[in-house]
Order: sequence, then structure tokens, then C-alpha cells
Amino acid sequence: MMGELRLMKGNEALAEAAIRAGADAYFGYPITPQSEVIEYLMAEKPWERTGMVVLQAESEVAAINMVYGAAGAGKKVMTTSSSPGISLKQEGLSYIAGAELPCVYANVVRGGPGLGTIQPSQADYFQSVKGGGHGDYRQIVLAPASVQEMADFVKLGFDLAFKYRIAVLILSDGIIGQMMEKVELFDPIPRLTDQEVIERYPWATTGKKKGTQRRIITSLDLEAHEMEKHNKHLQEKYRLIEQNEVRYEAIQCEDAEYIFVAYGSSARIAQKAVQLARKKGIRAGLVRLITLFPFPSKALQEYCKKGVKGWLAVEMSAGQMVEDVMLAVKGCAKVEHFGRFGGVVHTPEEVLQAMEEKIIGG
Amino acid sequence: MSFEEIVKPENLVYKKTELLTDKPLSYCPGCGHGTAHRVIMEVIEELGLEEDTIGVAPVGCSVLAYEFMNIDMTQAAHGRAPAVATGIKRVWPDKIVFTYQGDGDLAAIGTSETIHACNRGENIVIIFINNGIYGMTGGQMAPTTLPGMKSSTSPYGRDTHLMGNPLKITELVAQLPGTYFVSRQAVHTPAAVRRAKKAIKKAFENQRDKKPGLSFVEIVSNCNSGWKMTPNDANKWMEENMFPFYPLGDIKVDGNLINAK
Repeated sequence: MMGELRLMKGNEALAEAAIRAGADAYFGYPITPQSEVIEYLMAEKPWERTGMVVLQAESEVAAINMVYGAAGAGKKVMTTSSSPGISLKQEGLSYIAGAELPCVYANVVRGGPGLGTIQPSQADYFQSVKGGGHGDYRQIVLAPASVQEMADFVKLGFDLAFKYRIAVLILSDGIIGQMMEKVELFDPIPRLTDQEVIERYPWATTGKKKGTQRRIITSLDLEAHEMEKHNKHLQEKYRLIEQNEVRYEAIQCEDAEYIFVAYGSSARIAQKAVQLARKKGIRAGLVRLITLFPFPSKALQEYCKKGVKGWLAVEMSAGQMVEDVMLAVKGCAKVEHFGRFGGVVHTPEEVLQAMEEKIIGG
Repeated sequence: MSFEEIVKPENLVYKKTELLTDKPLSYCPGCGHGTAHRVIMEVIEELGLEEDTIGVAPVGCSVLAYEFMNIDMTQAAHGRAPAVATGIKRVWPDKIVFTYQGDGDLAAIGTSETIHACNRGENIVIIFINNGIYGMTGGQMAPTTLPGMKSSTSPYGRDTHLMGNPLKITELVAQLPGTYFVSRQAVHTPAAVRRAKKAIKKAFENQRDKKPGLSFVEIVSNCNSGWKMTPNDANKWMEENMFPFYPLGDIKVDGNLINAK
């Protein structure tokens, strides 16, 4: 049976998906190009539809700390922002990682650094997959390439967040956030009742019943050896996620000699470049990353074994994801990077030309 | 000798609330934190709210408050406790939520979160311990350090031309329409403790009864280590210097400003 079909902006699909995923709360702050998320939620009045709380915080810092508080109390919470706002949220995200709290948040990336531009970019890759805030931690990073995935990844994100007690980042950009596409919305999932929250999440602060242990949400341990133990536990969790949660899409890779690696809007442009290449008789393929952490290193290694002659990392940055491609293929073939940045979007022709010049002819 | 051998049940005139754990407090002897903890926990016990209360612990000396308070607790990042408490209260509107914060936490890095939680009228309790100094980090100047007062970062005394003026955050939040009850108390004498307890009780009752707005109780306290005084001298200094600048008493009751000067 088909779900409800709608024509929506990526940001709106994300907001509608939050309501349908049974989120208990959204705490956010407006910033271009993602303000439609909170605008949609305020107009939609989810407190009447499902009882979901929506609050415009005084800052991004406050918003992520509201998420921290509500997530620690066992509820399904979400926030969204764009690059400069996400930088402000890093303090809270580090605490969320340390205290192992589940939450979903989205970064609709714009060009930077600094105030930058409001045009799309993928320059927050390092911040997203290598930590972002202080301390040794990772988060699951999902990279939607369509409005459909903006909606679907909210639901998937909450499932993964609660499975591993981790922050899940939906890393999109100004193109995916702003463009309109057909989207098939999943059927609403009811919010958990208070009693279900208490029963399902015994770690959450929901009020200490007499004769039971109190629950504490904290990231502090003044004893270094205890802190190391906690860090080891976190690292084991991240290794488990690397084993179980890798997601990618291989497009025309079966016989490919040359493979583009890309995610999000860059992947859609690279897919067009694959078509242009095939027309010219170049056996090109595309690995579209869906999870950026965990990174599909093993999949890339397998293609290496099949004799891929060269890899081109395509991203709207000066060269960030390309480092993970290099680490994955371990020198099996040439790896080059092609990117436009600062808010400029590359064309399929440019991408193909880069493959021809840097890999095939280089 | 064991505790039971020293203290005969028939001689007991006071019993520690079960809402304090048995873990020895990490505070300096003479510090007001221990008494403040005790009073808050007694109030929660007396009102029968322990099964429905979630506390938010701060950074600084009282960062480990959750080790001593025998209820569900969340430790917040520096200054962010009012936002964390907002998040909890909004998704559990029937729970009792309070923050416990020092002056560096609440009146410096957390000024924005404090003012906005107060202004939104979040139905929570904020307990604000003001000892005019950063205790844990070794006695640096706080927003509440008095003019001329020495600290490790104002070693010749706070020069207000150079370092700015002390911030009377409690008077400030009392002006906001979102606060329902604002009071300033102390815990250095038995009489002061009784008055502080009364104010804290009022604050928690307001939340329990869903009175419209936030209840804010400042406790002017000492920091004998940071002030480099004996506990007795610190209390005397506090009475002579802190209380004239931070006068004790209720500032706003049932949403109305009182004693407007």
C-alpha cells in the first residue's frame, strides 16, 4: 500500500517526518537555509495532532541543551540547524555523546567558514564524521540525496539513536533542504506513553521510585581509569556500529573501471556524470554513501579487488571525504578529489571532465 | 566506636533525610553547599515529591550534587541547566524539575539561558548559590564578586572601572513577567536556614500547584577557602559585606514585586 504522496520541500518533509515518527519534542532556532523546519512545525501544530512539543529556543546552545535534558528523560527529541548554528551545538553534542543519549538532529549545510553564505555546501564533513565537539566520540551520520530520504531518515534515525543510545545526524545541504520533490510519507507511528517510556528506558531520569536506584545522566567521572573504561565502552559501541550499520548504494559499479564516490546532492550530480561517461564509452560507476559514519570502507576495498583503476571523490568542499576514500582503498588505485566550494555547485560536465583529466588521462 | 554506639536513638533530635545519600560531601568544612543540599532534600521529602522530581546538577563545586541527592538527576553543561530543565519539564510537565547553580554557572556563562527560562515562565525551580567567587577553579572573580573584593583574577580587589560591576541577577529576573516567586536567603545560622527552607518550600509548592511562572531562590553563601578566611570569619565577612549588597528577603511573591525600593 502506498503511503501519502505529497510535493514538499526537503525541510518540510523532515518536519512532517518528525511528527509521523512519533517524536515527543522539537527544540530549534531559525537559520537559513533550514528555517522551514520550525516554521512548518509551528504552522502544523503537532501538539494538537500528537501531543508533540515544539519550542523556539533563545539560541542554538539552548536548543541542544533542551534536547539533552529531554533525551535524558527518555523522550524522542530532535533539533535542526545549519552550519554556524551546528557549531554552536557542538558543546551539547559532546555531552550527549558522553552521557550516551539518543537524539536526531539535522544539519542543512551552507557555505563557510564563518558566517559564509546561505548557498549549499558539504564543507561540514570533517565536523560531522570526526567528532565535532571535544573528546573522542562518533555519531551516526546519514546523508540524504532526495526529499524522500529527508523524510525516511528521520524514522531510521530515531531507530538507530535508541538502538545505540547515540546522536544521529542527518547531513543534508541547502539544495536538499530547499528543493521540492514528490515524497511518499510513511504512516504515523504513535508516540510512546509515559508508562512505556519508563518501562523501555530504565536508564532515563523519570523520577526515582522508592526502593529503586536513582538514575543519573552525566558525562563526568573524575577518576581517570574510570573515564578510560567509559571511553573503551564508547569505542566498542562505535566498532559495533561500523559492523552493523553501513549503508551505501552502488550505481553501475559491476563492470566499472572508474568509480565516483559522493553523497547527498553531489551524488545526484555524479550520477548524471556516470551517464555522460557511459555515453562516451567510459565504464564509470558511482558509490553513493548513505552512512558517512560508519564509512563503507569494506565495500570500496571489494571494488578495488575487482580491478577498479581509479577513484574520484566528488564533494562540495576543498577535500574532506576524499581522505576517508584514501584510507578505505589503501592505495589500491589512484584517488583524486574534485570539489567546488563556498556555496558553488559543480556541474555533471565538470565532474566528468575531472575524472578524464585527473584519473583516466592523469 | 560505631555511629550506633555514639548516637542513642532516644537522644536523637534530628534525623538526616533519606533523600541525601551516605556519601561524604566533597565540600570544604564551613561551606554552605551542604546545608543548602540538606534543606532542598528535606523540602522535597516533606512535600512527598521525591518520586516525581528530576534535579539538574551544575558545574563547579557542586558538580557532584547528584552523588549526594538521592533522586534522579541530570548533570548539565556549564550554565545550561535552565535549558536542560526546560527540555525535561516540557516533555514531563507533571514532574517537578529544579536546577542547582552557582554564580559563575548562572550569572556568567548561563546568563542567556537563565534570563530566557525566567522570561518564558518555565514552571521550574532555580536554586542559585551566590558566594561571589569561582570556588572550584581556585577563587577567580565571578560576576557577583563585590567591588574591591580580592580574588585570584582581581588580586588588588575588583576595580569596577576595569572589571565591571557585580551583577544583581536576582533583582534582574524579578523584573521579568515570567517569574512568579523570587527570594534571596542565606544558610549560615539556624534562623537563616529556617527562612531559607521556608522560601525553598514555597518555590517547590508553586511548581507542584502549577502556579504560572518560575520560582527562583538565591542563597547568599560563603566560600571560606576562596575568600581565604576561617569559616567563622567568612560568615562574619558575609554578613558585613555581602548582605548589604545582596539584601536578604523575598523580592517577588505570587507574581508581585514587594519592597520596591
